[in-house]
Amino acid sequence: MFAEIGHFTVLLAFTVSIVQSVVPLVGAQKNWAGWMRLADTTALAQFILIGISFAALTYSFVVSDFSLAIVAANSHSAKPMLYKITGVWGNHEGSMLLWILILVFYGALVALFGRNLPSALKARVLAVQAMISAAFLAFLVFTSNPFLRIAVPPADGNDLNPLLQDPGLAFHPPFLYLGYVGLSMSFSFAVAALIEGRVDAAWARWVRPWTLLAWVTLTIGIALGSWWAYYELGWGGWWFWDPVENASFMPWLIAAALLHSAIVVEKRDALKSWTVLLAILAFSFSLIGTFIVRSGVITSVHAFANDPERGVFILAILTVAIGGALTLYAARAGQLRTTAVFGLISRESGLVLNNLLLVVATAVVFFGTIWPLVAELTTGRKLSVGAPFFDAAFTPFMIVLVAILPLGAILPWKRAQVGKSFKNLRGALALSIALGVLVWSLQTGGRMLAPFGLALAAWLVLGAVMDLLVRARYRENPIGTTLRRLRNLPRSDWGKAVAHAGLGLTVFGIAAITAWEQEDIRVVELNERFVVGAYEFQLNEVVDQNGKNYSAQIGSVTAYKNNREVAELRPEKRFYPVQQMPTTEAAIDIGLTRDLYVVLGDKQGDSGWTIRTYIKPFSNWIWIGSLVMALGGCLSLTDRRYRVAGAARPSARRAAQPAE
Amino acid sequence: MRNLFLILVLLFATPLFAVEPDEILDDPVLEQRARDISKNLRCLVCRNENIDSSNAGIAKDLRLLVRERLVAGDSNTEAVDFIVDRYGEYVLLKPRMSRENAVLYLTGPVLLVLGAIGAFLYLRRRSRRPSQSQGELSREEAERLAQLLKD
Repeated sequence: MFAEIGHFTVLLAFTVSIVQSVVPLVGAQKNWAGWMRLADTTALAQFILIGISFAALTYSFVVSDFSLAIVAANSHSAKPMLYKITGVWGNHEGSMLLWILILVFYGALVALFGRNLPSALKARVLAVQAMISAAFLAFLVFTSNPFLRIAVPPADGNDLNPLLQDPGLAFHPPFLYLGYVGLSMSFSFAVAALIEGRVDAAWARWVRPWTLLAWVTLTIGIALGSWWAYYELGWGGWWFWDPVENASFMPWLIAAALLHSAIVVEKRDALKSWTVLLAILAFSFSLIGTFIVRSGVITSVHAFANDPERGVFILAILTVAIGGALTLYAARAGQLRTTAVFGLISRESGLVLNNLLLVVATAVVFFGTIWPLVAELTTGRKLSVGAPFFDAAFTPFMIVLVAILPLGAILPWKRAQVGKSFKNLRGALALSIALGVLVWSLQTGGRMLAPFGLALAAWLVLGAVMDLLVRARYRENPIGTTLRRLRNLPRSDWGKAVAHAGLGLTVFGIAAITAWEQEDIRVVELNERFVVGAYEFQLNEVVDQNGKNYSAQIGSVTAYKNNREVAELRPEKRFYPVQQMPTTEAAIDIGLTRDLYVVLGDKQGDSGWTIRTYIKPFSNWIWIGSLVMALGGCLSLTDRRYRVAGAARPSARRAAQPAE
Repeated sequence: MRNLFLILVLLFATPLFAVEPDEILDDPVLEQRARDISKNLRCLVCRNENIDSSNAGIAKDLRLLVRERLVAGDSNTEAVDFIVDRYGEYVLLKPRMSRENAVLYLTGPVLLVLGAIGAFLYLRRRSRRPSQSQGELSREEAERLAQLLKD
């Protein structure tokens, strides 16, 4: 019964989305206020309707209604409640419904909070949003209906893949989708602006918060996924350059570029057509990601229930959306004229360089991801492009980006002198190099990676600090005044500095774990002590124990440092009978300076066990840094200029920001 | 969608470990070389996993083969060539820099150069736009001003 209601509301939402993709557009063209206003109502209606169907599907999972095909295929009555709920999006059909729920959620947000938008722009934005939701609702209804019944329901379900039975599934996909789908807002704004043929500072100020929101949630989603892989897969890998990871990383990179170029549009009224292009590209990469994951054309670790028919459908959506937007762009971009003037050396140029590096790096990732496909189609050669390629081809761009970032961030708008700005960074640079040299002299073994990475990280963090101090004019003022000025800096300045420093922390974590990780694999007898790095470990016992829907062997390992006990670790081997699948649950003692990571293996002989032990220095800084980046984005999002009416006069804004 | 569907791992995550204790060579230098090589070789039946972290049987065979070659005195390149000869280019996670793969390797540098030229032209145009007249006077204006002042 509930499933039928859900199915019905999906169909209703589909019809509503078709109405919304036509009527407001005509209204905006003819300047008919009533037709334009209809978009507000239909956007809310879509959200409520999809909300009902999502609730209906969730209910079917919660009560384990195995007459529903996807519940039977992905759930089990003995599964813990949390995983019954997260199981809703642990499969293709349900995750597609979540995708659409978030899409219409954004539409409803525009309808509710977009009061300050000009009515024609708002109507067009919502119409474009509705075209996207109509396309994906058609995809859902015709190829991936989550509400399909089966004639003879099984007595119990097939259970969810045990690897997905993890709290990570509760947060990782929703955040990723908020990010991916959030980029549809930038896309809709870009297409609406092209239809109108006008892009100005006000447009940039409206589009930026949506991009920021999408970028922040995407950052969190990717970081959560990386952390999940780290603790779940049993050897602590945190990034694999897998096609599906790349599919989430490419929109992130482009969104980062878009965030920066939108600033130039807003502050300087330049880079307009480029920014519109980036907005189109960012969502295009989201769509390409959806295609990669759900079509199965590219083999990936994250295989889905792949189906060529679905692939073709998404390819069609992709072609129409990207092709249509780019055609419109080609026709209209010429109208976007720029009057601004700035010197070759200026903040504007710095941001152009940022965009160049981010976009080319994205292109490298893109070509690497599709190259096996292209090579096979054109020459019939089967080849692989994996982590070693991306490490070598992608990293140099990031190193250059990081190296110039602090200077670019501190350059004044319009016209700058490198020497003058650099004077403010001399201390930061010297200190960073000194830190690198210090680490180099302290570490044993000659790898340059760690000192170099640490110096870059310090350069970013100290550069961000100097950025704030310079904004507060610390040279000309006593400490008290400087502090007050720091406090009064606009939130966007704080956001910028915090996000850049967060990137520094992530760089540090990556360099440290790559250079200093220690690994040990051995057969250990019970009560035997063994040494890994500065630690000693002892396997005390291995006991059998059963969980709710699995059986487990749990080891007890004590870690010592200088003969003092520092941690008690309990690595597990589990077996899930329904899916006939074993998993390993690593035991991790989490710390700011190192993680102790212990994995229990097979029994060897009478009392021996294979144990893998890793010491992973500073690994958590990778994710701490990502969260700090996201925090920076949130700070920017709360900047005053987005909260006051969007059309606030520039002079009023100036007055509110004394340090600008 | 993405990190979620770790299904490869569904297919291949057995409780076996990747590198197992009995595989490890006694000579730590040789073992380290074997590990480095393994990280660049693909587990043929897996989706995008290297043989060093894969649990599949073929990955284990390849790991043992790499170690066998190294013990027999092969250099790293010789050992890799030996495996590519038998299993094809597909086994390499980093394709060779060959003519066929030129596009893959040149995309980044070429786009960077083209982009840099485009960006430079754009920036130069921006920095030469007329409203400089607000600040400095163009030569004709300066001449006219001088004329006016003379009069």
